[in-house]
Amino acid sequence: MSHEVKNRSPLLAVNHLSVDYVDPPHPPAAALREITFTLQRGEALGIVGESGCGKSTLMLALMRLLPAAGRIVAGSVRLDGVELLDLDEQTMAALRWKRIAMIFQGAMNALNPVRTVGEQIAEAIRLHEGVGDRRVLARRVGELLDLVGIAANRRDQYPFQYSGGMRQRAMIAMALACSPDIVIADEPTTALDVMIQAQILQLLADLRRQLQLSILLVTHDLGIVAELCDRVLVMYGGVMAEYADADTIYNSPAHPYTQALLRAFPDPTRPAQKLAAIPGAPPRLNDLPPGCRFAPRCPYVFARCHMAAPPVYAITPTHSAGCFLVANPQGGAA
Amino acid sequence: MEQATGGYRGVWRRLRRNPIGMIGLTMLVTAIVVALLAPWLSPYDPNAVSRVTIMDVYQPPSPEHWLGADDAGRDVLTNFLYGARVSLTVGFFASFIAVAIGGLLGLTAGFLGGRTEGVLMRFTDIMLVIPDLPLAVVIVALTKPSLTNIILVIGLLGWTSTARLVRAQTLSVKQRKFVLRARAIGAGNRYIMRRHIFPLVLPLLVVNTVLVISLAILNESTLSFLGLGDPATLSWGQMLNYAFTRGAMSAGAWWALIPPGFGIVWVVLACTLLGQGLEQALNPRLLTHHLAADRTLTALRRLPPDPAPSSEGIT
Amino acid sequence: MHRSTYLVSKLAWAAFTILFVIVLNFFLFRILPGDPARAGVRDPRLTAEAQTAIRERFGLDKPVINCFASLNPLEPGDCAVNPLDTQFFIYAGNLLRGEFGISYHTNRPVVEVLGERLWNTLLLIGAGQILAIVLGMALGILAAWKAHTPVDYGALGFSLLAWSLPTFWLGIILLFWGSAYLGLPVGGKYTPGIDYANSWEQFADLARHLILPSLTYTIVFLGEYMLIMRSSLVDVLAEDYILTAKAKGLNHFQILKDHALKNAMLPMVTIIALNLGFTVAGAVQIESVFSWPGLGGAIYEAVNRRDYPMLQGAFLLLAVSVIIANLIAELLYSYLDPRVGRVNQS
Ligand SMILES: Nc1ncnc2c1ncn2[C@@H]1O[C@H](COP(=O)(O)OP(=O)(O)OP(=O)(O)O)[C@@H](O)[C@H]1O
Ligand code: SF4
Ligand SMILES: [Mg+2]
Repeated sequence: MSHEVKNRSPLLAVNHLSVDYVDPPHPPAAALREITFTLQRGEALGIVGESGCGKSTLMLALMRLLPAAGRIVAGSVRLDGVELLDLDEQTMAALRWKRIAMIFQGAMNALNPVRTVGEQIAEAIRLHEGVGDRRVLARRVGELLDLVGIAANRRDQYPFQYSGGMRQRAMIAMALACSPDIVIADEPTTALDVMIQAQILQLLADLRRQLQLSILLVTHDLGIVAELCDRVLVMYGGVMAEYADADTIYNSPAHPYTQALLRAFPDPTRPAQKLAAIPGAPPRLNDLPPGCRFAPRCPYVFARCHMAAPPVYAITPTHSAGCFLVANPQGGAA
Repeated sequence: MEQATGGYRGVWRRLRRNPIGMIGLTMLVTAIVVALLAPWLSPYDPNAVSRVTIMDVYQPPSPEHWLGADDAGRDVLTNFLYGARVSLTVGFFASFIAVAIGGLLGLTAGFLGGRTEGVLMRFTDIMLVIPDLPLAVVIVALTKPSLTNIILVIGLLGWTSTARLVRAQTLSVKQRKFVLRARAIGAGNRYIMRRHIFPLVLPLLVVNTVLVISLAILNESTLSFLGLGDPATLSWGQMLNYAFTRGAMSAGAWWALIPPGFGIVWVVLACTLLGQGLEQALNPRLLTHHLAADRTLTALRRLPPDPAPSSEGIT
Repeated sequence: MHRSTYLVSKLAWAAFTILFVIVLNFFLFRILPGDPARAGVRDPRLTAEAQTAIRERFGLDKPVINCFASLNPLEPGDCAVNPLDTQFFIYAGNLLRGEFGISYHTNRPVVEVLGERLWNTLLLIGAGQILAIVLGMALGILAAWKAHTPVDYGALGFSLLAWSLPTFWLGIILLFWGSAYLGLPVGGKYTPGIDYANSWEQFADLARHLILPSLTYTIVFLGEYMLIMRSSLVDVLAEDYILTAKAKGLNHFQILKDHALKNAMLPMVTIIALNLGFTVAGAVQIESVFSWPGLGGAIYEAVNRRDYPMLQGAFLLLAVSVIIANLIAELLYSYLDPRVGRVNQS
């Protein structure tokens, strides 16, 4: 049993979550396998991995918002001990945004173009808190916009009248509207220029301290994670590569993929560049060879890696990694 | 589009798996075959002069006349089979004219841009607003109602939607890398249009042509029904005009009214279905509909008992 | 572009298009055989006084336009003549004064006849279009919401079939069936020769006459509106902001009502506007089949009676109505979409 589970009951506990994308007559794509992690109150967990490794899929699965082709085939998602995957659709809907809110990848299209920003924020408050009074709503919306650094009098403008950075701020204000326990931020800064990226991340860091938010921050940028997160989950091709404290990840990474990632980002305080430095491409999920998903690109690959998928080994109670080298550091040489 | 969808062979492969498109194609081919074989399929010669008695008028279906007889005592089945020729001829020729004009204007406007584009598209906008059918009626009424005139009028008035579509597609193709590169190395406009742009606009043009054919056939039948058909040929619309204006309604002669309409619906529906199928084959789209998900979400779920990471094999 | 600039440019464009139609309408009838004015002078159905009146009103002794005495047959003329003294400008001036010519068939001013008929057409199109739009949208929403289920396929099949029906033929079939089995009237607007006891009775008679033509209209356009609504709603439902709405905890009804429909309506408005030409074509056919005394029927009768002034007038009125309706649709669009005609700050 891991250390957290014993001592404090986590706010969110995800266990062995697996997701398929079906596309008959083709075999289903194993988009997520056996994802296990916890999120404590006030904790910020970074989810890191290349494009297509299933980060968004994981976040959508947590909120049960997968697209039609997505199937949760196994696992459990518990929020304060309540199994979310067992709730009926209505209860789940009532819990969305109230307990878990989400800032989407690419806020350009995440706001409805034909309704004002204020209306869209007020809608969440009206729905979850039953506030109907226009003046109260207007005041609350104004406060929220103020919180994210937008002048309250811009609430009656439409998204197209906002700049990209402001739209992302408005999205954050909307996520905070019902004081959720958890905010999921799925690559909140992609498509923004570097200056604005830094501002948005600073805003998230400030809000987190101010409101004691629990944050799930998805990114493929290790620099961002270093600045903002307590713990890090590194994903590769739909499976867990490594899960540990941010310090451990940076100072003693156990998984070859994490190590490669860090080499691609020599200076974690300077984000921006992409993960192109790792040779090869992520696996095709509907046509997986047996064995470790990282094997085709792994510099330490040995015979056993091609025969079976490595389990997730606990190195210390707070550090685990899915690689045979953890159990057998000599690898093929042994 | 060509690269993204795996070329024309890919389109054909996807079309073959598309039931809507294949139904449409089969229906259209059937209609064409029937039109071609009309002389062999028809029980009577449509041009034979026969003595008609009052008893022959609107004769109900019988072994001699499977679909009965019309107002002049002629065999409806024979007229119906020959009518397919007229409708399809008008459909193909008129849509050829319309698509040629629309395609040329759209390509030119989209490719050249600037003032040429402004003028051409403004003209297209005007023609788009003027109601086609009344204008066609006026023109055919003022000229001699002949098959050629009908084809010309339908073709010359039916190009607007094609022009807009082709222009939009040209605009997007024009920005592709290889077109920009061709231009950078000094290829001429005519060459770029023919070699690079036209092949990418063509698939869309084909879909559009199929739909223009169906509109042309509808328009021809309407003009003929309104009494503007070529008196020398008997199209389906013409058959309906004769039946409607010469007492088929009061005689209760449904057999003179149903078959020609059925023929028009058959061909138009065939083109519509084929167009839809082709479009789906050219633009395969995943269903990313966010409200569709709830129907299938949490299927097949089993909860494992152990929430902790494995500690197997630690040495 | 500023909002008012946008509106002004739309208005100016509509005015220009109307001008184009007027010019087209004039020259079409002068170039093609069958010049209404000149033919009219010889038309035996007109009285001698009427013929003289026409000659004067249309300035038929004057050249068609500068440099051309006549266009068919082509005869060159004096270029130095005062433009206002040519047939074209006399025609334009007449139009401004509401002078459309005299019907050969009824010997009445065309504008009088068409005036009555315009309202009948509006009544018919109104009833049919409103039903078609409401039902078509409802069916389209249902199909899009249930996309790729049997409900959707059923609605799709019905709509494609309805779209393929020639309007006039559907009219004939419905007329055949309705008059034989439902005892509905075979045509016209009122039953001839009835003295109504009260206006309610008159209305009931009108309604009975409206049933079949507007049903035809509804069926023909229903399919098309359903297809458009469905495809634009399916596109909207794939947008990110729908996922946002769902993540916010809204249910399907709320998402459709508050987030999807307004966006999906935008292409719908455009298409309804672009389709006004088809709407008019539908009117011509339905009014011909049901002898409905509207503008479309006027075209049919004018063609069959070779009543050219009537044909010319009806065409002009139809075209201008479509242009105006189109303008209204564009203004509606700019009202529905906040992005049109506002300054973008980013
Ligand atoms: N609707 C879908 N149908 C089928 N496969 C999908 C669908 N959505 C995503 N996938 C596949 O699932 C995998 C994971 O996708 P996901 O969007 O979760 O990646 P990601 O880590 O968020 O990438 P990015 O950094 O680009 O956002 C990818 O291989 C993708 O192709
Ligand atoms: S299991 Fe083998 S292939 Fe996979 S990461 Fe470890 S060493 Fe590399
Ligand atoms: Mg993603």
